[in-house]
Amino acid sequence: MNQNNKEVVLEAQGLTKRFPGVLANDNINLVLHKGEILALLGENGAGKSTLMNMLYGLYHPTEGEIWIKGEHVILEDPSDAIARGVGMVHQHFQLVPVMTVAENVILGDEITRGGGVLNLKEAANKVWELSHQYGLDVDPTAMVEDLPVGTQQRVEIIKALYRDADILILDEPTAVLTPQEAEDLFRIMKDFTARGSSIIFITHKLKEVLAIADTIGVLHRGRMVGTVTPEESTQASLAEMMVGREVILTVEKDPPHPKDVVLRIENLQVKDDRGHLAVKGVDLEVRAGEIVGVAGVQGNGQRELVEALTGLRPVESGSFSISGQDSTHLKPRKITEMGVAHIPEDREKHGLVMAYSVADNMVLNNYYVEPFATRIIMHEDKIDEQAERLVEEFDVRTPSVHTPARNLSGGNKQKVIVAREFSRPITLLIAAQPTRGIDVGSIEFIHNQIVEQRDAGAAVLVVSAELDEIMSLSDYVAVMFDGRVVDVLPRKDATREKLGLLMAGSEIEV
Amino acid sequence: MATTTVVQEQNSGMSSRTKWLIAGGGIFIAALALNLYFFGATGTTAVFAATLRQSTPLILGAMCGLIGERSGVINIGIEGQMLMAAFLAFLANVYIGRVLPLGLTLPIAVLIGVATGALLGLFLAWMSVTLKMDQIIGGTVINTLALGLTSYFYVTGLTTQGKLQTIPLGPLADIPFVGPILFNNPPITYLTIILVFVLQFALFRTVWGLRTRSIGEHPSAADTVGINVNRMRYLNVTLAGAFAGLAGAYLTLEAVGSFERGMTNGRGFIALAVMIFGRWTPIGAWGAALLFAFFTAFATQTQFTGLVSIPPQFVGMSPYVLTIVFLALFGGRARGPAAAGQVYDPE
Repeated sequence: MNQNNKEVVLEAQGLTKRFPGVLANDNINLVLHKGEILALLGENGAGKSTLMNMLYGLYHPTEGEIWIKGEHVILEDPSDAIARGVGMVHQHFQLVPVMTVAENVILGDEITRGGGVLNLKEAANKVWELSHQYGLDVDPTAMVEDLPVGTQQRVEIIKALYRDADILILDEPTAVLTPQEAEDLFRIMKDFTARGSSIIFITHKLKEVLAIADTIGVLHRGRMVGTVTPEESTQASLAEMMVGREVILTVEKDPPHPKDVVLRIENLQVKDDRGHLAVKGVDLEVRAGEIVGVAGVQGNGQRELVEALTGLRPVESGSFSISGQDSTHLKPRKITEMGVAHIPEDREKHGLVMAYSVADNMVLNNYYVEPFATRIIMHEDKIDEQAERLVEEFDVRTPSVHTPARNLSGGNKQKVIVAREFSRPITLLIAAQPTRGIDVGSIEFIHNQIVEQRDAGAAVLVVSAELDEIMSLSDYVAVMFDGRVVDVLPRKDATREKLGLLMAGSEIEV
Repeated sequence: MATTTVVQEQNSGMSSRTKWLIAGGGIFIAALALNLYFFGATGTTAVFAATLRQSTPLILGAMCGLIGERSGVINIGIEGQMLMAAFLAFLANVYIGRVLPLGLTLPIAVLIGVATGALLGLFLAWMSVTLKMDQIIGGTVINTLALGLTSYFYVTGLTTQGKLQTIPLGPLADIPFVGPILFNNPPITYLTIILVFVLQFALFRTVWGLRTRSIGEHPSAADTVGINVNRMRYLNVTLAGAFAGLAGAYLTLEAVGSFERGMTNGRGFIALAVMIFGRWTPIGAWGAALLFAFFTAFATQTQFTGLVSIPPQFVGMSPYVLTIVFLALFGGRARGPAAAGQVYDPE
């Protein structure tokens, strides 16, 4: 689609943002046309969010200028941007959980009966109206904390619409959505631009960009390295621009050389948080030197399975053994000491202590043994030494090893976990969603690390909701449905179609 | 108006409100029966009248605390704010009273007490917003400061021209039983009851309230829609201080009429418990304050009549013990504003 003849609604020239010690955005130019979906693609930490925060008035540019609808503007705070029709849906929703949808929508721009008294009835009507008009289907009187994530996102969109936004900035909107919810969002986006509004869409998912964007801007290390259209791009070309070098999207690996069985799961049953049986009798074997991928729609018992295998969740019945030793009721530390590495699903909750430094996070699994500690005395020099080495080896981008983990980008957080888990010889790796929400460069790196562990002789169990990840990593694919492993296929037999059917619970005719 | 706001606020619907109404009604009837049995009609009236007055500083303190926490600032310095305000209001009553008539002196003294509380609120806001100090330490600074300064500067033997007197509300005050309890009170007690309902309405029905709750729950959400979080915290913590200041003025200008060292006697902290028991709502806190005040009044009356031969120390501690028991039994899971105690630092 040619955007050149259309009216320019937003333009930025030479935008630069310097934080102490970091050049987050470097001389960025950007043009958004009426009715256009502009995708901004970049790795974690490439400066996408910084750029958007400047366009929304949350950050002030160190240098550079912004025009909105032909008017040169200096955005002091978000209200200046809002007044000019710019709305933003943040990656972390900016909603008050204990307030209703209507209250959240009007916050900051309230409908009153006069004298500062709220008119909540009118507010609810207004939300209904917007909700209907754009097919968003949101109940204005519902409490936000009771709504599913996808609906909360729509509340954010309604918030922007309520403020008459015709330029919408969406910061990684699909990161938290199920595929179905993402489809709905794309429909809403198309609908929105068809009415003459414009969207800036931040993401690092290549497929989505090709599917929905009119124009694609690629950011790399704070610079805009190119502006392309989906027609002239492929996933590989975009990935290369994003990372600054050629990226191999498929994992290159030799055929596996499986040896003895390391992990043997027999009729395992595990309950979920609400006390319902989530794993309903799983049998599975993983041998040294092979990668078994567990595919399945999320919520079919994968999380509970992983937590049981790592000692985090009690086993109801059945058993599992590691290297021939029954491990069904062992404590997590004992399992760790048997040479099991665990990359947990939720890296911020279970993978890292966010307030601890990178260095301390890197010894969470062995801080209490030599050389890091002698009885109760910890040796910080040794801990720092190892951290320096691992940061180098695993290419963790952090200002220093003493930086708190929370300050790192998602991909780098994940690398800290991987570095820690792989810093010692392991016999079994259990990786849950190892690359969720991180950029292609980090994905490639972590995939290669996992394959290296396999080739070094570790048994590897990878649980992932991304079929692409399962397909590129696994030697065998186990499909979980409704708490059971419904089939285990060698990788060569595991076609996308077949896996899709199994994941949906249908039996395959032999 | 009052009841509708409660319904709107609680969100868990009729059942929750009904439950609390039944609980409140039950406690009231039990209290009434108990009193009539022990003290007869006169004693009962005395206990209930005392309950309302005893509750005044508690609910004022609790409102101070909840405005702060709803805005994201924990205030444990209420005790100090009250004490300092009580002291300065007293001094104002003493010294201004030497040149001005009592009718002018007392309102000015009340305003000085209110201003003192507000200024200490401003001080807390400065420590917790601008200096980004730990809010618990900020509150402790105020408590320590107030206790030290008032004890140091207090001299015995100061006399005043008088204190705030009861104002009977015409014929209403003559209604048997109800009249002497509800309609024959001094001004700050009346004002406090009005403030409870005004604040309840303001928190859940006005722009100010919506914004206040948002900055205490999710400050960055407020920031992204153009609300100046830190400015609003300054404003609210200062305003909240005025409530604590009024509580202090109540003690020296309405209840006792003079100052004693450490005379707040933990009311600032009880106010915090009252706030939590009341689920960070003015009306809820009022109920909790009345409950505690009732225990106090009841205990006092017991000592007064010498009905029970329990050592006075135990009678004296009974309100505290009973409050703990009630909190434990009926307090349940209380969830305060999510961002209370956290510095908001946007960039």
